[in-house]
Amino acid sequence: MPSHHNKGEPLLMMTIQKYIRPASLEEAYTLNQVRANRLVGGMVWMKMSNRAVNTAIDLSGLGLDAIEENDREFRIGAMVTLRQLEQHPGFNAYTRGAAAASVQDIVGVQFRNLATVGGSIFSRFGFSDLLTFFLSLDCRVELYKAGTISLEEFAKAQPDRDILVRLVVKKVPGRFSYSAMRIARTDFPVLTCAVSRVGDEYRAVIGARPGRAMVVRDEEGLLAGGITPESAAAFGKYAARVVPAGSNSRGSAAYRTRLVSTLTRRGLEQLGRMK
Amino acid sequence: MELNFTLNGKPVTAQIAPDTLLIDLVRSLGCTSVKRGCDTANCGLCTLFLDDKPVLSCSLLAARVEGRTVTTLEGLQEEAAEFVGFIADQGADQCGFCNPGFVMNTIALLRENPDPTDDEIRAFLAGNLCRCSGYEGQLRGIRAFLDSRKK
Ligand SMILES: Cc1cc2nc3c(=O)[nH]c(=O)nc-3n(C[C@H](O)[C@H](O)[C@H](O)COP(=O)(O)OP(=O)(O)OC[C@H]3O[C@@H](n4cnc5c(N)ncnc54)[C@H](O)[C@@H]3O)c2cc1C
Ligand code: FES
Ligand code: FES
Repeated sequence: MPSHHNKGEPLLMMTIQKYIRPASLEEAYTLNQVRANRLVGGMVWMKMSNRAVNTAIDLSGLGLDAIEENDREFRIGAMVTLRQLEQHPGFNAYTRGAAAASVQDIVGVQFRNLATVGGSIFSRFGFSDLLTFFLSLDCRVELYKAGTISLEEFAKAQPDRDILVRLVVKKVPGRFSYSAMRIARTDFPVLTCAVSRVGDEYRAVIGARPGRAMVVRDEEGLLAGGITPESAAAFGKYAARVVPAGSNSRGSAAYRTRLVSTLTRRGLEQLGRMK
Repeated sequence: MELNFTLNGKPVTAQIAPDTLLIDLVRSLGCTSVKRGCDTANCGLCTLFLDDKPVLSCSLLAARVEGRTVTTLEGLQEEAAEFVGFIADQGADQCGFCNPGFVMNTIALLRENPDPTDDEIRAFLAGNLCRCSGYEGQLRGIRAFLDSRKK
């Protein structure tokens, strides 16, 4: 019998002594320097942890829950939900629907109305559909103290006590596609794959390897002559060669390597068909 | 701490702890249609509306709903009555535990998209688990309701 079973009592394993909704980032940042305190985004992930939190620092009072669009970029606040990403017309027009495709199988609508972009990207989960997708864009991360850095650099770093304020996506002309392999809809992905051409650069981003998402570029010029059935297959094989894959309960390394090749090729073929 | 919010159309003042979850608060206030079916934010049984959006009340701090509007199935009886009969007619409910969360999310779907395709229904309701049925009865019930509206 599970040890936490108790008759109808709350099953929250995390405890919180104090709740604060700061009115400024400075206040939130100062509170977050205390180890026992914790930032709260959507809380969907955090509530499963078994942690005794002193002060829960709720980021929902900072006006970070909007996607702002101008001629040059999208500014996506840390508290924007996955559902907002899925439904934003401008962002989905720019990304050719890849934004919606990257989140639509994450649990359910009610879940996506809570889980946030900030909590997702800051956590840098290996399985992350979001990290995979955003790495296929020209995307920078705005941190409160460390300033603005590329998402690629941020993705390689370890979590610290800074605050992710927003993502900034440049509207570089491009084409984007997203796919993931799941054993069942709403489950964690077996492999994630975002393929893009941002300006003149082709990228395949592979996540749930099961390690963190990584970017593969066309170092060998396989796509220099454009996307053909042959060049797409060649780049798929190249990605499978350079992406380290591992085994876990959802799939073996060999299976994942096959998926890297197939999903990358299909993603490129999709880009090739876009007008 | 003191919390003020609107529950099913009525202003409520409640005493809560910093880690009270919304599901436990609304249940203690008599809204027992809201159920807990998992520990992992996966089942959808705890669905209620926060400012008219369906959310998982098992994953939401009660403190966060200060000044906001919460609606549970207890407050939506009329809207639910329109289609629950169609689902019951299909014999979809077995133990019935998943039903309130399922009904809440169906209301959310139909408000956003009054004439969904079967695939749109499946996509919107994917986060509502049922351990007794195979979902086909629920889908047939919603389809029968939609068809009846077109007549
Ligand atoms: C059952 C389940 C299934 C899931 N399936 C998938 C899936 O298939 N694919 C996928 O991509 N994701 C999946 N996720 C992850 C989910 O999409 C979110 O990424 C996750 O819930 C974190 O987002 P949150 O807003 O809930 O963050 P929280 O739980 O609030 O926070 C997570 C961590 O980030 C910190 N944090 C939050 N916001 C900030 C900020 N702005 N700056 C700095 N630190 C911050 C918190 O302190 C905490 O340590 C799943 C999660 C769950 C619980
Ligand atoms: S109780 Fe299962 S999702 Fe909330
Ligand atoms: S009828 Fe029993 S869980 Fe759905």
